[in-house]
Amino acid sequence: MLKLRKETAVGLFVLVGLLAIIYMSIKLGNVQLFTDKYYPVRANFTDIAGLKVNAPVQMYGVSIGFVSDISLDQELNVARVDMMIEKEVKLMDDAIVSVKTSGLIGDKYLKIDPGGLGDPVNPGDTLFDSQPAIDLEDLISKFAFGKV
Amino acid sequence: MAEKARGTFFPMMLLCTICMETVDELGKMFIFLLDALRLMFAGWGQFSKMVRQIYFIGVQSVSVIALIGLFSGMVMGMQLYFALSTFGADGFLGTAVAMSMVRELAPVLSAIMLTGRAGSAMTAEIGVMRISEQIDALTIMDINPMRYLVAPKMAACLLSFPILTAFFNLISLWGSWLTGVKLLGANEGAYWASVQSSLNWADVEGGFIKSIIFGVLVCTICCFEGYYTHTRSGHAGPEGVSQSTTSAVVKSCVAILAADYILTSLLW
Repeated sequence: MLKLRKETAVGLFVLVGLLAIIYMSIKLGNVQLFTDKYYPVRANFTDIAGLKVNAPVQMYGVSIGFVSDISLDQELNVARVDMMIEKEVKLMDDAIVSVKTSGLIGDKYLKIDPGGLGDPVNPGDTLFDSQPAIDLEDLISKFAFGKV
Repeated sequence: MAEKARGTFFPMMLLCTICMETVDELGKMFIFLLDALRLMFAGWGQFSKMVRQIYFIGVQSVSVIALIGLFSGMVMGMQLYFALSTFGADGFLGTAVAMSMVRELAPVLSAIMLTGRAGSAMTAEIGVMRISEQIDALTIMDINPMRYLVAPKMAACLLSFPILTAFFNLISLWGSWLTGVKLLGANEGAYWASVQSSLNWADVEGGFIKSIIFGVLVCTICCFEGYYTHTRSGHAGPEGVSQSTTSAVVKSCVAILAADYILTSLLW
C-alpha cells in the first residue's frame, strides 16, 4: 500500500486547506478581486424602503451589478444610491431606476429599464428618472380609507 | 465565640478562596498562552516539530471532520427542507443551511470534535511526560519544555482549525445538497444561488475568526491541564492524568460554547 510521507501529507493538507479557504472567500464571501469590471452610477430616490448595500441591480431580470453605497443627501432631501454596473452593460441617461421587492416579503433590489433615446451614461453620472419603492401599507391604507 | 465566628465566616472564606484560585489559574493560563505564542517563532528548529504536530492535529483529523461535516450537512438539509417546505419557502434552503453552517455550526462542531480527538491526546501526552519526570529532564538538559512541547502544538492548532473548518463548511454544504436537492427534490439552481447570495465576506471571515480563537482556547486549556497535572490536589500519578484529561475536555467544550456566544454578539 502506498504510504505518504508525513511531510508530503502535511504539505498536501495545508495546500488543499488554503485552496478551500480561498475558494470559500471568493465564491461564498463574494470578495471582488477585480473591481474594474464595474463602473459607478448614481441615482436619487425619495424612498428606498430598506434597500441594502450589496443588493443586486437587475435589468430584464438579469443581474448586472450591485448597490455599493447608500447615503442621505440632506440638501436635496433624497436618498442617494451608488451602484456598480458591469462594463459591458450600456445605459442611456433616460434609463428608469426603480426599487422592487422580490416576492411579497423578499429582499429589495434595483431594477433598471435601460432607456433608448438619450445619450450614453458616463461613469459617475446620475440617473434622474427614479421610482421609489411601492409601500404596501400605503396602498392598503389608501384602499381602506377610500382614496383610490 | 470562636465557634460562632467560624460558623459565620466559613462560607465567605470558602467563596474567597475559590475566587482567588480561579483568578490565579486564569492568570497562569494567560501567561502560559503568551509564552506559547512567543516561543512559536523561536528558531528554525520549531518548524519540523510543527510539521509533526500539524500531521497529528490536522491531517489525521480530516477523515473524522469530513464524516461529521457530511452527516450534519445531510441532517440540516433534511430538517430544514421539511420545516421550510411547510411554508412553501424551500427556495430558502440554501440560505438557511449556509448561514447556520458557515457562521455557527462549522467552527463550533469542528472545534468540539478536535477537542475530543486532538485536545485530549495533547493533555494525556504532556501529563504523562510530567508525571514520569520527562519534563523535568528536559529542563535539566536546558531545553525549554514550553518551546519543545507546547509552542509547536499551538502553531499547529492555529493553522489546522481554520483549514478543517473550511473543509467542514464545503462538505456540509455538499451534504445538505445531497439530501435537500437530490433526495427531497428542492430546486438545485435555487439552492446553490441562495447559498452564494446569502453569504458575504463578513460571514466567512467571522467563521474563520471563530475557528482561530477556538484553536487557541482548546490548545491553551488542554496543554495547560497536562502541563500542571502534578499540581492537582488529591490526585497524583496516573489518576491525576486521567482527571486532567477529563477536565481539559470539559473545560474546552464549555469555553468553546461560551466564547461562541460572545464572539457571535461581537462579530455581527
